[in-house]
Amino acid sequence: MQPFTTLTAIAAPLDVANVDTDKIIPARLLRKLRTPPDGYAPYLFHDVRRDADGRERETFVLNRPEYQNAGILVADVNFGCGSSREGAVYAMLDSGIRSVIAASFGDIHYANEIQNGMLPVILPEETCRELREQLHAKPGATLTIDLAAQTVSDTNGKQHRFQIDAVYKERLLKGLDEVGMVLQHLPEIEAFEKKHHGEHGWLA
Amino acid sequence: MTTPRTMFDKIWDQHVVTRREGEALLYVDRNYVHEGSFHAFFALAKEGRKVRKPRQTFATADHYVPTRGREQGLAGITDPEIRGMVELLEHNARENEILHLGIDEPRQGIVHVIGPELGLTQPGLTITCGDSHTSTHGAFGALAFGIGASQLKQILATQCIWQKKPKTLHVVVDGALGKGVGGKDVILAVIAKIGTAGATGHTIEFAGSAIRSLSMEGRLTVCNMAIEAGARAGMVAPDDTTYAYLEGREFAPKGADWDRALAWWRTLPGDEGAAFDREVRIDGAALEPTLTWGTSPEEALPVSASIPAPSDFTAAEQRAHAETALAYMGLKPGTKLTDVRVDAAFIGTCTNGRIEDLRAAAAILKGRKVVVPAWVSPGSSQIKRQAEAEGLDRIFTEAGFEWRASGCSSCAAMNGDIVPAGKRCASTSNRNFEGRQGKGARTHLMSPAMVAAAAVTGRITDVRTLL
Repeated sequence: MQPFTTLTAIAAPLDVANVDTDKIIPARLLRKLRTPPDGYAPYLFHDVRRDADGRERETFVLNRPEYQNAGILVADVNFGCGSSREGAVYAMLDSGIRSVIAASFGDIHYANEIQNGMLPVILPEETCRELREQLHAKPGATLTIDLAAQTVSDTNGKQHRFQIDAVYKERLLKGLDEVGMVLQHLPEIEAFEKKHHGEHGWLA
Repeated sequence: MTTPRTMFDKIWDQHVVTRREGEALLYVDRNYVHEGSFHAFFALAKEGRKVRKPRQTFATADHYVPTRGREQGLAGITDPEIRGMVELLEHNARENEILHLGIDEPRQGIVHVIGPELGLTQPGLTITCGDSHTSTHGAFGALAFGIGASQLKQILATQCIWQKKPKTLHVVVDGALGKGVGGKDVILAVIAKIGTAGATGHTIEFAGSAIRSLSMEGRLTVCNMAIEAGARAGMVAPDDTTYAYLEGREFAPKGADWDRALAWWRTLPGDEGAAFDREVRIDGAALEPTLTWGTSPEEALPVSASIPAPSDFTAAEQRAHAETALAYMGLKPGTKLTDVRVDAAFIGTCTNGRIEDLRAAAAILKGRKVVVPAWVSPGSSQIKRQAEAEGLDRIFTEAGFEWRASGCSSCAAMNGDIVPAGKRCASTSNRNFEGRQGKGARTHLMSPAMVAAAAVTGRITDVRTLL
């Protein structure tokens, strides 16, 4: 997993609450293999992004030329609700997006972002709105996210501090492999299994 | 004296292998996989790892299997991409020595339907699956939650998962449910009240006399849609209804094990006076059949209501969402829900594809004819056979429903069972997001009996008028 330390990138404002993972990548596209070099990038926000004939809608923010290299999305409340599909994270990552700033996230989606080295930043609803307004005023402007300092610097240079669990922060900063981190505890897992299955033998 | 604990706390504590700052390493008793799990298996193989406890993982094909032409098995899948997904699961299960209930297996079905049906899902267990509706299994008093592909890989490789302990939300539904009101109406009313992010970061424990009065099928429906309120998991304390459902099922404990299991299960319900982080109360007796009008499960109303106007909402994002939803759904504020015409009807899914659901729909359909295209896809192959033995298939087909094979079908429409763009579908599924049943499809979530009522009248109908 690629570590996440600091990121300065073009940020795209997404003025929609409750963006579900079906919207980020429609279900029917999940049967596609994530083959290089584009992976799931062509499917990001597929049905919102294109009209019935497959042409890109000018009205959708990521279709505008200023946002072609966006690395950050600034959303609203409850980003990534709905289906557990990790394809939603792959579609963002493969499109170059490394962080989503929102007032809240769907629980499974939040975990999926962390697992893939993406940084979900939680800021108050008003701050998210303020950031989106700034970005609308200066299309193509960048934001800087510093994970170690837990800050987002806006287009005026003002810093907004965010909270993140110490354990997620460490994992992202170091790009740690979760399976390896679990297997460090193999003796404890085996001891647990012995006791648990001793009491509930039908589960083994 | 020990502090009274919730059921969630008890099950959580019994599965903690070790702790680190802010997280616990939880042991997973049962892990279910389906075709969509291929990213996890691919990553596992790439790292040169194998499934650590193959006997605790179970695979079934559900999301992509066709619901027509099933007698042809794999050969009946013409789309090479869809066929590849079903084959990939079979391959991954074989490579890792996992029990696989594939397209030709008599026990095949939707993962959240067959887990309970086979007795794999039991009280007190931790259960995971790479699907958000894993919350369904909490109806047995289990801690069951959906995970992403990376976490699935972690569980396959280790049988454990790091988890931050969620908060607890007590949803108490008291009072006798009226005629024609069941699990689907209860959960839609709960989501309408607390919102799709209302339980984010929480596990919901459903309680109260209305919940206790529900059958296992009704409780499964309620817990299934706990995720639509943003909950990590939904749970109902096990009781005699639970034990009676489980006894004798294939993977349920037998003989002396059954007695030991029962003794353990009886210790699981929360202690008197256990504290929850939050509580929500709902008057079950006041509930009507409930359905969604918009494009989010929280946009739900009693059947006697009218379509709202965006200005009816105080929160800015709800107002904006309502505006978009009305445009997408092609609805005008002020229209009575019962004046909304439907173009299609669909019964099935992990929410409402169980035998009791089919019986409830058949009770409405008996002696009546549908006026719109309608199809039913039983939640499992076993349920399909049971329904046929009870003669329900004849009631459905004589009413004009298509009687199809089991699978997720047009809930996520991944197998190609789509609702055409612009068409309005009365559906027993769990999500009414834009495009969920197909690009441009308009979905109204409701109970199986309500879908049957809509199918025979061609409009949204209060099922109580047909009882």
